Amino acid sequence: MAMLNSLGFILGTTLMYATPLLFTSLGGVMSENSGVVNIGLEGMMTFGAFAAATVGYFSGNPWLGFLAGGLASGFLGFLHALACVTFAANQVVSGIAINFLGPGLALFLSRKFFDGATMTYNLPIEMKMPKYFNNMLPEGTFVRQVLNQDISVFMAFTLVLLIWFLLYRTKLGLRIRAVGEHPKAADTLGVNVSRIRYLCVILSGVFAGFGGASMSLAVASNFFQTLISGQGFIALAAMIFGKWKPHGAMVACLIFGCAQAMTIFIGGTGLRVPQEFLSMAPYILTLVILMGFVGRAVAPASDGIPYIKDES
Amino acid sequence: MADVDFTHTTVEMRGIVKKFGSLVANDHIDLTVHKGEVHALLGENGAGKTTLMNVLYGLYQPNSGEIFIKGDKVEVTNPNIAISRGIGMVHQHFMLIPPFTVTQNIILGKETSGPFGVLDIQKAAEEVKAISEQYDLYVDPDQKIEDISVGMQQRVEILKALYRNADILILDEPTAVLTPQEIREFITIIRNLTFQGKTVILITHKLREIKQAADYCTIIRRGKRIDTVEVEKTTEQELASMMVGRSVSFYVKKEARIPGEAILQVKDLVVRDNRNLKAVDGLSLEVRKGEILGLAGVDGNGQKELVEALTGLRRVESGGIFVHERDVTNRDPRDIIDSKVCTIPEDRQKRGLVSDFTVEENIILENFDRKPFSSRGVLNFQAIRDYAGKLIDTFQISPPDGTVRAGTLSGGNQQKVIIAREVSNDPDLLIASQPTRGLDVGAIEYVHSSLVAQRDKDKAVLLVSLELDEIMDLSDRIAVIYEGKIVGIVNAVDADENTLGLMMAGGGQENG
Repeated sequence: MAMLNSLGFILGTTLMYATPLLFTSLGGVMSENSGVVNIGLEGMMTFGAFAAATVGYFSGNPWLGFLAGGLASGFLGFLHALACVTFAANQVVSGIAINFLGPGLALFLSRKFFDGATMTYNLPIEMKMPKYFNNMLPEGTFVRQVLNQDISVFMAFTLVLLIWFLLYRTKLGLRIRAVGEHPKAADTLGVNVSRIRYLCVILSGVFAGFGGASMSLAVASNFFQTLISGQGFIALAAMIFGKWKPHGAMVACLIFGCAQAMTIFIGGTGLRVPQEFLSMAPYILTLVILMGFVGRAVAPASDGIPYIKDES
Repeated sequence: MADVDFTHTTVEMRGIVKKFGSLVANDHIDLTVHKGEVHALLGENGAGKTTLMNVLYGLYQPNSGEIFIKGDKVEVTNPNIAISRGIGMVHQHFMLIPPFTVTQNIILGKETSGPFGVLDIQKAAEEVKAISEQYDLYVDPDQKIEDISVGMQQRVEILKALYRNADILILDEPTAVLTPQEIREFITIIRNLTFQGKTVILITHKLREIKQAADYCTIIRRGKRIDTVEVEKTTEQELASMMVGRSVSFYVKKEARIPGEAILQVKDLVVRDNRNLKAVDGLSLEVRKGEILGLAGVDGNGQKELVEALTGLRRVESGGIFVHERDVTNRDPRDIIDSKVCTIPEDRQKRGLVSDFTVEENIILENFDRKPFSSRGVLNFQAIRDYAGKLIDTFQISPPDGTVRAGTLSGGNQQKVIIAREVSNDPDLLIASQPTRGLDVGAIEYVHSSLVAQRDKDKAVLLVSLELDEIMDLSDRIAVIYEGKIVGIVNAVDADENTLGLMMAGGGQENG
């Protein structure tokens, strides 16, 4: 029984922690499949987390907060698209700028709205993302332990399905992938490369914002400066590990989520492992996985290369 | 000639001007194409043929001029407009997405889809199959582009246009990547297309193809239209003179010679490519004093790796390379140059020249560390300038100024700089790898006569080329390479295109 309990706890925690990563990772999938590298996910996620917590706090409605998180980061996505698509700037540099801009804006606005505090006020439980399936699941069972989750968890996994379907089964998806592989070929067939890339980069921001929001409105109950601390980068790594595919990213996020869950689980067992080492685990896992697997992963052929039209 | 309908002009371009910065790529060009004809656009590289067609296809916006398609004046501001008017374009560099299937590539941008934009690949594949049968263009709809032959990729490109109901097809240098057999097949294909009522505009600089395939030919030189002629009534010679602006000779004068002893001997050479596969696989050959040995073959059969191994740029796994019977296997390039081996490399911008260096600096690239060009590690610019000036004079390099950056020269002049540098080292063996790639007729003539001059000075020349005509014109003996092996060596006088073509496709027999 104790075994099953532990397993339930680990699986449930895995899902909880995988969710913000998954949203953000899917953002990366969108952007990079259209050929725009987005290392700004971290900044977008941070800003989204702040915007969600703030709007959630003032409106009292977590759904409005969640949406605001997406919109705020979608705006950063728009800036990234403006730099990378319209001005054909270096995508890594633009991403780095976003990574400074996101947390900077969050801190600045936080001081403005919350009387000089660098964190948003705590949200009472009824102002956080709801757990709709809470009452449907029988008390004290394994299933309940695993699936008693915030609605954002279910949304993230549904989004995997939706994006997979979009990319591999629809007209728009075919065009997105074509633009990421060979924009000039797509252009000669009348596909509007810029429009597709704008769409994907903005959506990338929106999903990263959802990732941030599921952190500040569900996993935690406010925004503070170290809330995201690297999760955007882990999501980026997960996308690469997942070979730029939504289902691949999902598997990778579950692995990272599991690492996080194990950290918490071991911390709670009274095993004498220093907290510092436990907290390091997900990041070390990221390094190890990237060292071992990235060499074999194949990015879309034109990922990271600006498309300049009048160049033959 | 197909049924050309003179009463209907299908495409009419009037006074097209297209500038890139200060460069006028198209200078008031007029073009009239009738329904059902094959119309060739002939011109040297950079003459503006492709630019003109990109304007027609909506990829470029002209600075001025008018376009009429089937009688209507059309502003072609993007390819969609051209496509909707029935124009299809097959680009020189295929616009295909390697990891996508044949069907996905064909339908992209004009997808068969149900509600919510859901793709119906099954139906699309059937449609592709149907047109491929209608026009006799065999493809496998479900295969990925990266897994099919170049010939089939080209058929996919043509099907892409036909799928969009194109009745005017623009084909940009379509035969550059094909074997002689594939070229013949291709000419039949375009003939077939005109019989089915399509109009074909063929961009090319190959005169033979024009004679074989085209009804009319418009000649463009330096952005200006020179003339439009009926192909049947014009000789290749006349076409060439109009293209270049002066008379050119195709046939390099070459007297019979008796070759001497072997300068280069290659024995059972094995070299691996970047993917660690055996690109050169047990290859043996010999180049003798006073002969040009032509190495014919389809691209990617180990030519590149062979030349890199010969010049010391790629490691030899086994076998040996001997120059004057001295073993130079796996020696460094300096050593090989010092054995009096010089090279005109395949990629003049990457390997032949440092494009950011001046012409002078490029000319002494192999001798900069020797007297009189430097002493005690300090360059002597006066000596360099004098020497470069002499070569610029002798080899008629334009502009006649050693201080301009090599990258700003035209392709032909860049090649002259390389030839000047290599030939004036007085090599015993000259390796020329695709020496005329991307050059125009005038420059080709120059390169060819330089190679023959080396041979006539009793030097050995190894000519590696993808152009079979070039090999046949220049060589004394022809070796055919297929999958890293020599599949046959014939004397040029006994060689015919058919046999060589078959050997290049792997159908040859070991007899050399």
